[in-house]
Amino acid sequence: MIASALTTTARTAARRTAAFAANRAVATAPAARTMTSAILDPTIGLNEDQKQFFEMSRAFANAELAPRMQELDILETDLPRDTLKKAAELGFGGIYVDPEFGGSGLTRLDASLIFEALSSGDISTTAYITIHNMCAWMLDSFGSQELKAKYLPAMTSMDLLASYCLTEPGAGSDAASLMTTAKRDGDDFILNGTKAFISGGGQSDIYIVMARTGAPGSGASGVSTFLIDRREVKSGLSFGKKEQKMGWNSQPTRAVIMEDVRVPACHMIGTEGHGFRYAMKGLDGGRINIASCSLGGALAAVEAGMEHVTVRKQFGKPIAAFQNAQFKLADMATELASARLLVRQAASLLDAKAPQATAYCAMAKIAATEKASQIADQALQMHGGYGYLKDYKVQQFVRDLRVHQILEGTNEIMRVIVSRELLKE
Amino acid sequence: MSLRVLVGVKRVIDYNVKIAVRGDKSWVETANVKHSVNPFDEIAIEAAVQAKEAKLVGEVIAVSCGPPKAQESLRTALAMGADRAIHVEIPDGSEKTLEPLAVAKLFKKIAQDEKMLAGLLNWPQGTFASKIDLNAGDKSLVVTREIDGGLETIKTALPAVVTADLRLNTPRFATLPNIMKAKKEAHQEVHARRPSASTCRRASRFSRSRSRPSARVVAVSPTSTS
Repeated sequence: MIASALTTTARTAARRTAAFAANRAVATAPAARTMTSAILDPTIGLNEDQKQFFEMSRAFANAELAPRMQELDILETDLPRDTLKKAAELGFGGIYVDPEFGGSGLTRLDASLIFEALSSGDISTTAYITIHNMCAWMLDSFGSQELKAKYLPAMTSMDLLASYCLTEPGAGSDAASLMTTAKRDGDDFILNGTKAFISGGGQSDIYIVMARTGAPGSGASGVSTFLIDRREVKSGLSFGKKEQKMGWNSQPTRAVIMEDVRVPACHMIGTEGHGFRYAMKGLDGGRINIASCSLGGALAAVEAGMEHVTVRKQFGKPIAAFQNAQFKLADMATELASARLLVRQAASLLDAKAPQATAYCAMAKIAATEKASQIADQALQMHGGYGYLKDYKVQQFVRDLRVHQILEGTNEIMRVIVSRELLKE
Repeated sequence: MSLRVLVGVKRVIDYNVKIAVRGDKSWVETANVKHSVNPFDEIAIEAAVQAKEAKLVGEVIAVSCGPPKAQESLRTALAMGADRAIHVEIPDGSEKTLEPLAVAKLFKKIAQDEKMLAGLLNWPQGTFASKIDLNAGDKSLVVTREIDGGLETIKTALPAVVTADLRLNTPRFATLPNIMKAKKEAHQEVHARRPSASTCRRASRFSRSRSRPSARVVAVSPTSTS
């Protein structure tokens, strides 16, 4: 009698556990519980609100981003619009955009927490969300009321996706030498030129383009910013082939080619000749965002590494029992915590519009992106042979994180910025 | 007079955490351990908020009996769409001696204070609900329950007590704007009176209440899921 009662209860309990895992999309294929540690907890030092933002974002990342991370990478699809819409419904489409046009009106620090949480689920998709946010912010900060009213609501809801177009085949780190031209013609500007490595290129609806309205050789002060609405362009806008990349494969990357593209003059964002300044201001925040994505990816990598070494046994013990693995983990945790502090401080300085903000954003980007790549690399090493297989996520963290040291300003340029700020006056 | 829903929420150790017993064997380790809202409570809030969005219910009130940190769970409930939150505050550390009967009595008092019709006792109940159909017109509830061996559908009058099971719904994520609004929303603090003997006593005797209205079984079906 008692035995059968136990079996029934055990069956119910088993059914519940299975239902729960399915319900919350908790773990990927093998029923592994994510290894977490109070020491790695990114909510240490945060206030109540910030903790809630982080927890909610992490829950979303675990439920919606992590399960598809590998599939999107292997299939090299275009951006997952359905997932992005879900993200936008929670307010992720314009995190630091004014609520007037649908933004969430939060701070850069809040955004950093959110992006860190999201990228622990999928670095590549989160990185695109940060780029979209940067474009929305530029429009919100510098655009006319009419232009904002026309585009921001659709951008914050991610009904329209945006791409940021600064880099050209001949102008990377030397961005001010860009050669795309914008010539006034009546009520329009005519744009000619090519932008390279554009995230979302070909799929996005809105292109924020930095183009030269000044004379050739006018440098930074001859650049203006335009909003191209792909749906309104009659001719001249085309895209290069979809690049095959080492990582960031959930977003398409293409060249954007403009051949006599007509853009209404009212689509200029802000003032003529100030475009480069807007672009650089956008990038300060963009660097915090990319750094935050690095933190999230590194967190996921450390958790994966910890999980593996506690489970994998060699020489009769789990690998976690060997001091080498222990020291590696200790170093990873230390580097992650220190990078995180710098990123959050830089975000706070940016919120406070402090004069050191630009230098700190650059420093944070250097620290977070370089340490994250080292952490992910170590985590892969800790997985042994399994780390090299695409079945395991850790190799994707390594591949996705690698480009963070290059885009939104190479880490070399970051060092130019920091040393210039250090040595000035 | 529209229907109102009182939902209990509790801040518990996160289900992902490996539970460890304290060295002195007095309790489980809770310091520095990740806590979150009981997942079943989130499902219950979701069901209540969905009923409110379908205009079947007028107000959703979240209640938590716990130490000061229980406010986190109430804020999550507010951010998910609850209208009000009531925190019955008990001293930090005393949560492990809070007995279920005491919680039930606290709920009863709140239901009475909120003038939610008659007291808690003598209400029918539908537990392990995996599906709820609320008919505000004839004041009835059809609840499909998950039981060992399959599904059972019952019909009850209102007011009633319902407990949520996993397959009832998938709780929504709180949106960023709602999290910020929840911070500002007033929630009442109700301090539990100094715990009297009755709140500490475990229920030791059970008797069938003869006059309690029962639920009518409508259908029973065997499990068809794998």
